[in-house]
Amino acid sequence: MRGLTANGVRVDDTFAEAFPMRATALVITAESAQWARQAAVTMTGFATSIIGCGCEAGIDRELDPKETPDRRPGVRVLLFAVSTGELQKQLQGRVGQCVLTSPGSACYAGLEGAEPLKLGDALRYFGDGWQISKRFGGKHYWRIPVIDGEFLCEATTGLTEQAVGGGNLLIMGRNARTTLAAAEAAVKAIARVPDVITPFPGGIARAGSKIGSKYKGLRASTNDAYCPTLTGAVKSALEPDVACVLEIVIDGLAADAVAAAMRAGLGAIVKLGAKRGAVRVGAGNYGGKLGPHHFHLKELLP
Amino acid sequence: MKPLVLTLRQTPEQRLDMSPLVPHRLAGKTAAEIAEIELQTTRVRVTVGDIFRLRMGEPRQIRIENACERLDWIGQDMMDGEILVEGNVGIQAGRTMRGGRLTIAGDAGPWAASAMIGGTLEITGNAGDRLGGPLAGEMTGMRGGIVIVRGHAGERAGDRLRRGTILVEGGAGRYAGCRMVAGTLVARRKVGPLPGYLMRRGTIVLGEGSAALSPTFVDSGSHDLVALRIMASFFETYSPRLASVIRQPRRRFAGDMAVTGKGEIFTPA
Repeated sequence: MRGLTANGVRVDDTFAEAFPMRATALVITAESAQWARQAAVTMTGFATSIIGCGCEAGIDRELDPKETPDRRPGVRVLLFAVSTGELQKQLQGRVGQCVLTSPGSACYAGLEGAEPLKLGDALRYFGDGWQISKRFGGKHYWRIPVIDGEFLCEATTGLTEQAVGGGNLLIMGRNARTTLAAAEAAVKAIARVPDVITPFPGGIARAGSKIGSKYKGLRASTNDAYCPTLTGAVKSALEPDVACVLEIVIDGLAADAVAAAMRAGLGAIVKLGAKRGAVRVGAGNYGGKLGPHHFHLKELLP
Repeated sequence: MKPLVLTLRQTPEQRLDMSPLVPHRLAGKTAAEIAEIELQTTRVRVTVGDIFRLRMGEPRQIRIENACERLDWIGQDMMDGEILVEGNVGIQAGRTMRGGRLTIAGDAGPWAASAMIGGTLEITGNAGDRLGGPLAGEMTGMRGGIVIVRGHAGERAGDRLRRGTILVEGGAGRYAGCRMVAGTLVARRKVGPLPGYLMRRGTIVLGEGSAALSPTFVDSGSHDLVALRIMASFFETYSPRLASVIRQPRRRFAGDMAVTGKGEIFTPA
């Protein structure tokens, strides 16, 4: 699947295959940007892949005090899961354990959706009868007394069924240092795109997986075709000049947001060039039969 | 859109029931039909045409000019549209209104916004006693919507308030927010004695405190609550003056402990 070359970077004539997901968004605020970020980082921890974490979550962007409902610094968090039930379960568990507990935090809906997901409506019982319901301007809030004062939480948040998970880029380089540089540049560019997250550590996955395994009961295993140490031993997808591969996985609230993120990431990799960054960019798919969304790299080139 | 304008010819000899003159009840009616609507509260029959000079327009927007205290039940059961009253009005303006916007450029009599359900009621002057309150025998007062009083409110403002918001830019009389079930009542200036008397739940915010607080309210300390900031940004569109009052830290009193004690009164810290 040889494609184009841009700034010395070979771009495969392939596509990323992505899947429909359910998603929601939250706005978390606190007295300082640092504590808003802390609550968001804690609640989106261990949320890299639905395979083992139940959901994929991350920070969409930081919000200026002018943009948040209570005019304090905030962070917008996105949460993705395969079903509404699982999304509700993850939302409740994560907000309850990580945001409710974070000093000075408050939590609001980050998405208008046709269908509501319970937020404060699920957490209010923590107030043990002392919780206070307030309705203003068509919005419903719960005030839950906690030991630093009050936890303010909107009753519900919105759900979207238009979300897309599994947009991706495979970044291949001559060594670990340059490949990581290219991947970091791509993550940085994607972070500026609204409505998307890159759920893996720092946005980058080094353990790309394929479906299935030789072992019974293991749903995913290492993507041997892209393992540089297995070239020669397996049917490899790599050329001799590739010694390291990193993957960026992208989830977005809509297909066009994922496309915009892949375009931004690809642009950053190409801009860095083959000398300092990656020599080749590809994307993961399953032959196009499993996922309805196909993002072709050549269409996303700048 | 040209509004329907009703100008009072002179002070009527009896109190009038203005409740038929709301947008949804006038929709599709001709000027002649509107002029025939009866407004009397005694045995003497009077019609709109007898009392008002009528300038026909789109009845989604009604303007009542030269109003006086004998006009009762203005905007009762109003569903939508807009009514603007220039002058004072009688009792129960906006009673059980459900939607739309009622503006009274003057003073309102007792029971304004009585048992209101939704919509916006603004009184640029003063409001009489029992603002938003229930009539005798009714279990709840105001159940939704927002009331803004630019002047003062009388006694028992927000009696049995259940949901919705009452904003008073001036002060209020005795027993403000008495028997509140929930909802929010804000007064920028000082209120009379015993605010929140027998309140069960709900929030009262007093910009300048009260003449006397019931001993059945207990001090819960000074706090700068996020919930008050959210309220402030909601109030901003209705009354920037009230919003700035709420942005400051407040002392919280919980009560009324004579009943459930889950209500609260915020006073200056």
